Amino acid sequence: MMNMQKARSFVKTYLNYLVIGALLLVFALLSLTGNMSSGNLYLLEKIAIAIVLAISLSMVVGFLGELSLGHAGFMCVGAYVGGKISVLLVEALGNGILAVALSLLVGGIAAALFGVIIGLPALRLRGDYLAIVTLAFGEIVRTLVMNLPETLFGGTLGLESPRYDKKHLFIVGFVCVLLCLAVIQNLIKSKHGRAIKSIRDNEIAARTMGIDITRYKLFVFTVSSFFAGVAGVLYSYSNYRIQSANFDYNYSIEILVMVVLGGMGSINGSMVAAALITFLNVKLQTLLTGDLAVLQNLLYAAILIVIVIYKNAPGLKGFRERYNLKTLIQRLSGKKQLPEAAEESGKEDA
Amino acid sequence: MEFLTALINGLSSGGTYAIIALGYTMVYGIARMLNFAHGDIIMVGGYAMYVTLLLAGHPLIALAAAILFCTLLGVTVEKLAYKPLRGASPLAVLITAIGVSFLLQSLAQIVFGSSPKMPVKLQIPGAVSLGTFKIDYSTLITLAVTVVIMTALTLFIKYSKTGRAMVAVSEDRDAALLMGINTNAIITITFAVGSALAAVAGYLMLMKAPSLSNTLGAMPGIKAFTAAVIGGIGSIPGAMVGGILLGVVEALSFSVPALAPFTEAVEFSILIIVLLVKPSGILGKARREKV
Repeated sequence: MMNMQKARSFVKTYLNYLVIGALLLVFALLSLTGNMSSGNLYLLEKIAIAIVLAISLSMVVGFLGELSLGHAGFMCVGAYVGGKISVLLVEALGNGILAVALSLLVGGIAAALFGVIIGLPALRLRGDYLAIVTLAFGEIVRTLVMNLPETLFGGTLGLESPRYDKKHLFIVGFVCVLLCLAVIQNLIKSKHGRAIKSIRDNEIAARTMGIDITRYKLFVFTVSSFFAGVAGVLYSYSNYRIQSANFDYNYSIEILVMVVLGGMGSINGSMVAAALITFLNVKLQTLLTGDLAVLQNLLYAAILIVIVIYKNAPGLKGFRERYNLKTLIQRLSGKKQLPEAAEESGKEDA
Repeated sequence: MEFLTALINGLSSGGTYAIIALGYTMVYGIARMLNFAHGDIIMVGGYAMYVTLLLAGHPLIALAAAILFCTLLGVTVEKLAYKPLRGASPLAVLITAIGVSFLLQSLAQIVFGSSPKMPVKLQIPGAVSLGTFKIDYSTLITLAVTVVIMTALTLFIKYSKTGRAMVAVSEDRDAALLMGINTNAIITITFAVGSALAAVAGYLMLMKAPSLSNTLGAMPGIKAFTAAVIGGIGSIPGAMVGGILLGVVEALSFSVPALAPFTEAVEFSILIIVLLVKPSGILGKARREKV
C-alpha cells in the first residue's frame, strides 16, 4: 500500500520528465531509422528552443513576478558568443557532440554574465521600470552586435555557425529541455523557490522575514538568462546563420505570450504553450505569406489581452469560477457541478 | 557651428519626445500604469492623417482629424482593455498594454500593408538662414508647438477644475473619490488628453520625415517613456526636462561619428545611470511604501 502511494507521488512529481523522455525516445528512434522528414526535424528543434526559453522566462515572470522584456537579448548574447565559440571549437575538436556541448555551456555562461551585469543595477528597480530597462537592454545588445566589426560577429550580414547533423540536433535540444526543467523545477520546489515566490506575493513581507531580495532577484535573473543563452546557441545551430534582427523585441513578446498562455507560475503550462505556439508558427509560416503573416501577430495580441483580462479582472471573478477548464472537464466527464453551488462558493471567497 | 546645429535639432526632437512623454507621465501619475500602447497611438494618428489627406487635402484638417480619432481610440482602449483590470496586479495591466500595442501594430499592417506610406503634404520645406547657419522651418515649428503645449498644459493643470482634480487623483485616488471627484471620468480625460498629444507628436514627426509605417511610434514611444522616467515619472515638468535632455543627448551623440552607430545604446545608458543615482528620476518624488 505504501509502495503504491510512493509510486503514485513519484509519477506525479516526475510526470513531465517521463512524458518528454518518452516522446524524445520515440522521435529519436524515428529519426535514427530515417523516418523523419527534415521539416519535422526542424519543427522539433524549434519546439525544444521555445520550451527552454519559455521555462526560463516563466521563472522570472511567473515565479519572481517581474516582467522581463529582454529575454531575446540574453538569447542574442548566447547565440552570438556560442556561435562564435562553436566555429573555433569545431576547428580544434572536430564537429562532434563535445563541441556542441561546450559551445552550449559557453553561450549560457556568457548570457548569465550579462544577466549579472544588467541585473546588478536594474534589479534595484521593479515593475514597469524594470520592464523598460530590460527592453532597453535587449535593444542595446542588438545594436551593439550589429555595429561591432564584421570580423568579430559578422555585422549586419550575421554570423555563420557550423552545421551539426540534423538527425541529432533535436535530441541535443530536448536534452537541454530536460536539464533546464530539472534545474528550474527543483529550484522552485526548494526553500529558495519558496523565497522567490514570497517576493512575488509580497515583497515587503518577504523582506521583513529576512529574505535578501536583491540577491534572490539577481539569482533568478542569472539562471534565467543562462538558459536563454543556451537556447540562443541551439538557435544558431538550428539556423546556420544568425542575424541580430532575429532577436528583436517581438521575439521577447512571443516568449511572453507562451508564458502567459501556459499560465503564469506553471512550468508544465509554459511547456505545452511553447510547443503549441511553435507548432502553429511553423505551420502558419507556409500558410500565411507576405502581409498575411501579420495575422499571426494579431492572434498573439488577442490571446494575450483576452487571457490576461479573463484571468485577472476583478469584475470577472464569478464568471471565472463558473466557466473554467476544471468545471468544463467535470461537466464533460459527467460529474456535474451545479452552477448554483459554484456561485455560492464564489461568494464565500469574496 | 556643427555643435550649435546639433543642439537646436536636439531641442526640437527633444520637444517631440517631451510631448509624447507627457502622455506617458500623466497616465502613469493618474492611472498608475505604463500605457505601453501610447507610442502606437502616434502611429494610428499618422495613418488617420494619411487617410484624411487623401480625402480632404489640407494638413491642418488632417491634424484635427487625427487628434479626434486618437482621442476616441485612447478612450476606447482604456474602457475596453484597462478599465476591467483596475485593481488587478500591475503585471497583468502591463502585459495587457503590451498586447494592445501589438494589436494596434498588426491591425495597421493588415489594413495599410507593410510598405511605408509617404504623406509628403505634411512636410514643410525651407529653412531660415542666418549667414552660414541654417534652421529648418519644421524645427522652428516643433519648438514653438512644444512651448505652447507645455504652457497650456501647465496652466490647465494648475488653474482649471479638471486639472486640479487630476492632481488630486494622482496624489490619492481614494481620498479624491471621497471628496466627490469622479475618478473614472478623470482617468478617461487623462487618456483623452494624452492621446490627443500623441496625435500632435505624430504630426511633428511626419512633418520632419514623412515616412509612415506601422512601427512609426514604437521606438519614439519607448524613448519618450525613457525620457519620462529620467525626468521623474508622474511629474509633468519632469517629462519636459527628460524629453529635452534625451533629445539633446541623442542629437549630440549622433553628431559624433564614433558614437553615431551606438546612439540608442547611449540614450538607454543615460536611463540606467539616472535610475542608479536617483531612482525616482530628476524631478520625481520618492514614493514611500506603507505597510
